Parts: sequence; structure tokens; C-alpha cells
Amino acid sequence: MNVHPISFPQKGVSGQTGSWRLERPVLNKDLCTSCLFCWVFCPEAVIDKASLAIDYTYCKGCGICAAECPTQAIVMEKEAASS
Amino acid sequence: MSERLLETGCHAAALAVRSARVDVVAAYPITPQSSVVETVAAMVEEGTLDCRFLPVEGEHSAMAACAGAIAAGARVFTATASQGLLYMHEVLHLVGGGRLPMVMANVNRAVFPPWALLVDHQDSLSQRDTAWLQMYVASVQEIYNAIIQGFWIAEAAQLPVMVNFDGFVLSHCASGIVVPDQEVIDAFLPPYQPLWRLDPAQPSSYANVTATEYYGKHRASIQRAQEEAKPLFAEAAALYRDHTGMWDGDLLELYRTEDAEVFVVAMGSMAAEAKLSADALRERGTKAGVIRIRVYRPFPAEALVEVLPEGAAAVVLERNYSFGMNSGILAVELKAALYGQKNIRVFDRVMGIGGEDLTWEYMARMVEDAVQGKEATSWQPA
Repeated sequence: MNVHPISFPQKGVSGQTGSWRLERPVLNKDLCTSCLFCWVFCPEAVIDKASLAIDYTYCKGCGICAAECPTQAIVMEKEAASS
Repeated sequence: MSERLLETGCHAAALAVRSARVDVVAAYPITPQSSVVETVAAMVEEGTLDCRFLPVEGEHSAMAACAGAIAAGARVFTATASQGLLYMHEVLHLVGGGRLPMVMANVNRAVFPPWALLVDHQDSLSQRDTAWLQMYVASVQEIYNAIIQGFWIAEAAQLPVMVNFDGFVLSHCASGIVVPDQEVIDAFLPPYQPLWRLDPAQPSSYANVTATEYYGKHRASIQRAQEEAKPLFAEAAALYRDHTGMWDGDLLELYRTEDAEVFVVAMGSMAAEAKLSADALRERGTKAGVIRIRVYRPFPAEALVEVLPEGAAAVVLERNYSFGMNSGILAVELKAALYGQKNIRVFDRVMGIGGEDLTWEYMARMVEDAVQGKEATSWQPA
């Protein structure tokens, strides 16, 4: 009997949310101190803890990582109109 | 050995909580319910009930804590009344619509304004559409029996059960009751086996934002579950009788209805008193009977259609208003159930508001007035 409104987390459950993005976060590794603030604050968990690579398939471009970065190592760049 | 005790309705409710081996009680005190949770708290304190008691800061929090505890797999109880029940309203939808099985005792009390402490049924009838199963009981023994059966029904239906009993009339008046042996209740009501529980090892979220397609399906499943719950009341009562020898059950309680032409329809303790009204009416030449609606949600429409014969008169006596409908809530629902089914004359008398005393003589007179076509005087107290 499946009667309860339960949901389990899974990757891409709301589709490829990267298509929502107007601006993309770009990391400048020269300024990065690996403090991991971006990794902690990212609401979509699309930043890899080890490599700090951003998964643009699911990153919605909210800009929280750029706002929280203490060394301005992440900047938001406008997406190209065609992408 | 079962025990024979002299207990108030509130104490009987607390004894049922102990017999049902409830795991979690979250509650806030409110007249006339306070001694239910005070007694439960005392049992926990003295070590006669192995239960987590959460004294929260209000009824909204009480029901929210209950929701979490059921979702974690516990057997859960709370009690409230009147404004406390109204304050819970939002979370009642979560627990009902969320298919979280628990039992709540609601001690019926009038709602404000103006402030009132005594019984009517406005509080619980205002929660009609929250997907809770609702029972209205008529004796102290039935409070005990209905709470224990309520857990069986709730867990089978995966819906919460509200056991309603009249403030002061039942909550504070002591009656002789039988409390069966713990082993007897254990045999009737085994430990709760949840179908699913919140588990940190397998993270999930409950009642999250849902696409329309799935939302509609879930809401429809609640409606189906209400219909499917109807036979569970008689099933639970029959099983309970097998174990305890006591009968309290089914959707309706019938009194002298076999050959009746005038049917008194009522809920709660006034329906027990109405049996004396029916006796008196029969002595005066009116073939009267009583239909006590024990289970109000799901509404026993089919059972009512079956009991009422073609051409009969049904006089609804009820302690509530449906404001703007020039009627009580129960009469509206009875008419809806009968429409297109049978030709029954339905009369309505709103009475007993805010604890107005309902004697069998008064109710018999109101029934006579109704079937003689006299105007309802529901806005005039007895």
C-alpha cells in the first residue's frame, strides 16, 4: 500500500535545471583559497568538494556561491544568447 | 482479571492510552480536556506508562509534534477541546491528508465568541473536511473502548481518528467502567507496524511540493480511503468483542427502530438521553426510535438510507450551527445522503448550544413539535 506523500532525493529529479541559467558562475583558481564556502552554500549541491568543478547541467545560476565567496574567486558571467 | 472502576470520561481516556501502549503524547492543556493529559503525564512520571510525554507550548505545536512522531513510526495520542482544536486546524490537514494514523480525544466544547466552557459540537464539526475519521461516543465506557478501537482502525485505514465526547457531561461525570487485562488488549491491538517511517539512514522528505498530476492523485486517494474505512469500524468492534466481551461499534447505534415511524437522529450523549425521549413518545402514541450517528466521518450515508423506511420522518437534534444555512450541519448532510434515494421528511432542531441542558422531556417535545410542522425555534433557548 503506497499511500504516503514521500519523496526521496535523486539527481535531476526536476529535470536539467541548468537550462534555467541566465548567468554562470566561473571559478578563478588563482584567487581560490579552498575555503569551501561555495560548496557549503550551494543549494543544489552541484559543486564537487574535491575538484570544485561546477556541474553546469544542473547549476541554476542563482549566484549564491559568488555572493558568499570571500575572495571574489567566483564571478557570474552572462550566458550567451544561443546556449 | 479485568478491573471494574469508577472513573470520569477524562480518566477513562487516559486509561485507554495506557492500555493501547502509546509511545508518544504531545499535548497542551485546555478545559475540559486537561485531566486527560494530566493523568497521562502522571502515569509517565510514576512509571506505569512507558511513553514520551511532550508538554508543548500550544495545540498547533502539539499536533505538529504528533505528526513527526507518527512519521518516525510511533503510536501517538493527543487530546484537546474547542479553541485548542481550532488552533490545530492547519496541522489536522497535514495529519489527515498525509495519512498519518493516530488517535486524538476531542472533548467537545463550545467555541468563542462569547467565551464558553460547556458542550456543543461546533468545534469538531468545523474540522469536517480535514480527512480525520470522526467518532462521537455516548458513555464513559465507550470513550475507553473507542480510543483502543480507534488505534486499530487508524492503523488499518492509515488515517487519523478523532474520538469526540461531550465536555463535562461525559468528561467529568464518573461512571462504572470495565478495564480489561493488559494481555487482552495486547491481543486485540498488537504493536504498531508502520508501512513507512522517517529514517536518517534513508533520507526522504514528507509532503514536499508536488506536481498537479501527483497532487490530484494523492487527494483522490484520501477520498477513496475514507470510503474504504467504513467497514473497518464494525470489523474492529467485532474483534474487540471477541477479546473483551464488550460491544461498542459500527457506524450507527439503533434503538427501537424496527417498527418506528419517527426517527430521532443525534450524536453524542444527547443521543443516549434521546432513548428516553423515544420511550416517552411511544407511551404517547408516536412510534419513535433513535439513530445515534457514532461515526460522522466517513458519513454513514448508505447505512442511514437502509435504516430509514420510505415515508418516515427523521428529526435531527443537533448541537451546532451551519451559519448561513438556517440549519445544523448534520441535517444538511442527512438530506444530502437521502436525496434521490428515499422520500423521507427531514426536520431539524438546533439545541443544546453552549451546554444548554437537554432533558428527554425537552427533546421529546421538540420531536413532537417538528413532526406537527411547527416552526423551528432553534434560536430560542429552552
